[in-house]
Order: sequence, then structure tokens, then C-alpha cells
Amino acid sequence: MAARRTRTTLILAPWIFTLGFFVVWEIVVRAFGISSFVLPAPTLIADSIYQYHTQLLRHSFHTAWMTLAGFGLAVVFGLLLGMALGASRIVHAGTYPLLVGFNAIPKVAVVPILVIWFGVGWQPPVLTAFLISFFPIVVNVATGLATIEPETEDVLRALGASKRDIIVKVGIPRAMPYFFGSLKVAITLAYVGSVIAEYNASNVGVGNLMARASADFNVPLLWAALIALAVLGVIMYAATALVEKRMTGWAQRSQFAAQ
Amino acid sequence: MPAFVDIHDVTHIYAGSEDGQPAVEGMTIKVREGEFAAIVGPSGCGKSTVMKLATGLQFPAKGTIIVDGQQVTAPVKLAGMAFQNPVMLPWRTTLKNLLLPLEIVQPHRRRLRSHRKEYEARAEALLAQVGLAGQGSKFPWQLSGGMQQRASLCRALIHEPKLLMLDEPFGALDAFTREELWGIIRDLHAAQRFTVILVTHDLREAVFLADRVFCMSARPGRIIAERKIDLPRPRDIEITYTQKFIDIVHELRGHIATAREAA
Repeated sequence: MAARRTRTTLILAPWIFTLGFFVVWEIVVRAFGISSFVLPAPTLIADSIYQYHTQLLRHSFHTAWMTLAGFGLAVVFGLLLGMALGASRIVHAGTYPLLVGFNAIPKVAVVPILVIWFGVGWQPPVLTAFLISFFPIVVNVATGLATIEPETEDVLRALGASKRDIIVKVGIPRAMPYFFGSLKVAITLAYVGSVIAEYNASNVGVGNLMARASADFNVPLLWAALIALAVLGVIMYAATALVEKRMTGWAQRSQFAAQ
Repeated sequence: MPAFVDIHDVTHIYAGSEDGQPAVEGMTIKVREGEFAAIVGPSGCGKSTVMKLATGLQFPAKGTIIVDGQQVTAPVKLAGMAFQNPVMLPWRTTLKNLLLPLEIVQPHRRRLRSHRKEYEARAEALLAQVGLAGQGSKFPWQLSGGMQQRASLCRALIHEPKLLMLDEPFGALDAFTREELWGIIRDLHAAQRFTVILVTHDLREAVFLADRVFCMSARPGRIIAERKIDLPRPRDIEITYTQKFIDIVHELRGHIATAREAA
């Protein structure tokens, strides 16, 4: 019975804590009489979400599109580059400094360049999302491939397996948990990327909506957009986590993962 | 009759070895077809190097290695291997792990898709032989260490190799499980008569299983003694408590002690 009660509590916990967070927020705003210009109360934000819900939905949908497109590119490119890095030491040694250097560049700084190249439109958000999110995928796939146990490699090589055989039979399946793990990081990053680019170089999307709301000093709409971003982020993260669980259940067998 | 595995005057230095000292030096081992050979020696003496050389995973700096009448210039393809670590792939069921070598080695690789049922039956039969009947659908991590090691033996044997290389395969197991697996490998060898090279630091294991035991010196490894084990077969675990058995183990122990002192 106790175990079952713990499980129910665990399922309810996120909802209770989230609700509690907003309740505390509401109380603090009211108790200290904080101006809605500085920090609007959740009820006010909820009002504004209702008021602008068609706009919010339209722009959220657009942002989701941009994010997923950039993320999709990052997955394809990241997988390919990660495999090349994991399979060949020369490629790894040669490209790693470049990759790290590239990753160190704040992607906000890239947006103006993208605008010069493509103008204002769908390209800057998609490309920023892509650029910001492929790195963790590359690194994780490469790590998964590069850490094949030497004994496994010996067993297969002694049977006459080619390098390609080893990568296909062992390397890639082995890299999958790393890959799916990195997707959770990558989707959040892609999302950040597309919103940044929308803020600076787009006519649609939640980022753009926020830019306009802030120019109009429409603080409740600004906050409503933030909440929309958070909700969308959680949805995308959860979807990726679900895919991970489905695809690599074998890797999540420890007691930690079962919790 | 020429030796099945003929390692002649072999010296091997690993690429990237810091002191440039050879791992093995002037080593000569001849193993006949169907023979069970064991190599024992102090730790770090290059026992595992012998395995890598005989299977073509490494090539000697000096000397020749001939396996099954052919000089080894590439991985030999006729060998099955098992290590201390069972290295099963956790995303495959035990049965699918067993089938892995068949996805690599010809002619099975070609035939696997069309003869899948037949090969699965073979894998099941092999599992039954080592006492794992019906465990094929489990994932390796659902099995105990001893069971995984048995499955690993099956994987080494599934493609019916002529040469089985065992690198301390029972090293991580408890004493009872180890003796149980001795019996299993003894029976498999008796039934299929493949050639075995067992690398171990357990003298009782070597004497119980092998037809011949080679003692290696400390690094750089060379053969310092060769002992024919003429205990009658089939051997029962009880034999390990007879005076003759104990004497042989004791004698080998002497060689190893000398080797360790010399180091």
C-alpha cells in the first residue's frame, strides 16, 4: 500500500509543485502590491493569454515549426558528422578544434550574418536552431562510437569483421542511448535558437511577438508569450524524452532510471 | 603431423609501447589439431598477446605464426574467442547475441537470412548444452555472471570454429561456478574436438582442462616449461583432489615462482 501511495504522489508531484509555484507568485504580487508593469500576477497573465490566444497559438505554431525544422537538420547532420568523428581518429583529431571553436561562438552573433545572407524570413530561425543544436548530437554520437569495448572489437575482428561491420553491428546501436540523450539537450537548444532569431529577424513567431509586445510596453502579452514558450518547450522536451524511452529501453535498466 | 597452431620464435613489441620492451620474445608454441593447450604465467607476462597473435589481431615483429597450414597475415576468421568480460551486447537478446558471429562469418553471413530457423535452432541447442535451455529470449543483463559467461562461450562456438581462444574466461566467477564451467568446456571439447588455447593464471584450471600446459616467464614473455598432462579423460572434478593432480599443480607452481623471482 505504501509503495502505491508513493507512486501516486510521484505522479501528482509535478502538478502540485507547478500549481504551488503560481499560487506563491500570485500571493507575493498581491501581498507586496507589485506593479503589473514589473511583475504581473499569474491571473493577469492568464487573462492576457485568453485575450491573445489566437495570436499566441498562431505564433507558437510557427515557432514550433522553425524549431523542429532546425532540429531535424541538426539530427541528420549531427548523426552523420558524429559517425564520421567516432569512426575515424583522423577526422576526430582534425575537426574537433574547429567544432569546439564554432560551438563557443554565441549564436546571437550569427543572426545578423544570417539576415545579411537570407534577409528576414524563415531561414534565420531555422538555421540558428540548427547551428545551436547540432553540437551536442555530434559529440554524443562520436562518444558512443568511440567507446566500443576493445574485447567486443576483438571478438568481431577475429571473425574477419570489417570496420564497417563493427560500426553497423555494435557502434551505432551502442551510440543510440547517447544520441537520444543528446536529443533532449538539442531540442531545448534549437528552441532557444529559433526564438532568438525570430526576436531579431522575423515577422512571425513567438520571438517576434515578444519583440513587438516589448516595443509596445505590453507587459502582460510579453509574459503571456513567455508562458507559451515554456509550455511549448515542455511539450517538445517530453516528446523527445518519450522517443528516447521507447527506442533505448535496454539502456535504462538501472534502478535510477526506474524511479 | 604438422601443428595446427605453430608459433615459431615470435617476438612482439606493441606499437606505442613506452619502453620499447617486447611483450613476448623468442616464443615457440606448437598446438596439435584437437588439442587443449593452456598457457599460464605471472600477470603481465604477455599471455593475452599470444591470443592476439594467434588470431591475427596483432602481427609479430619477428618470427612466424602458422594457423591451420596458413601463415597469419590477417584476422584468421576460423577462431572463436571468449574473455573474462562476457561482452554481450545489451540491446540484443541472448539468442541474437549468439547469432552475431554468423552475421559476420561466411558462408553463414550469406545464408543467415534464408536459413534463420535452422541457425536459431542451432543456437538453442548450444544454449541447452551449457545449461541455458530456454534462456535465449532473455537479455544478457537479465542473466547472472556465470550464465552470461556460458552464453559468451556459446557465441564463441556458434560458427563451429576450428580454434577456440579463451582469455581467462572464468576469472571473474566464484569458485563453484568456475568448476561448473570447467565441466561444460570439458564436455564441449570432448564432443566437438576443436583446438583450444586457454590463457589463465589458475594452475588447477589449466591442469584440469588441458592436454598440455605452457608456462611463461615474466615480461618479456617466453616459454620456460612445457608439461604434458597425461591424466586420463574424461576427468571428473574429483581428480583435482588426487595426489597426482596436486603434484602436477605443485610442479607448475614451482616454474611460475621461479619466473616471478627472475622478474
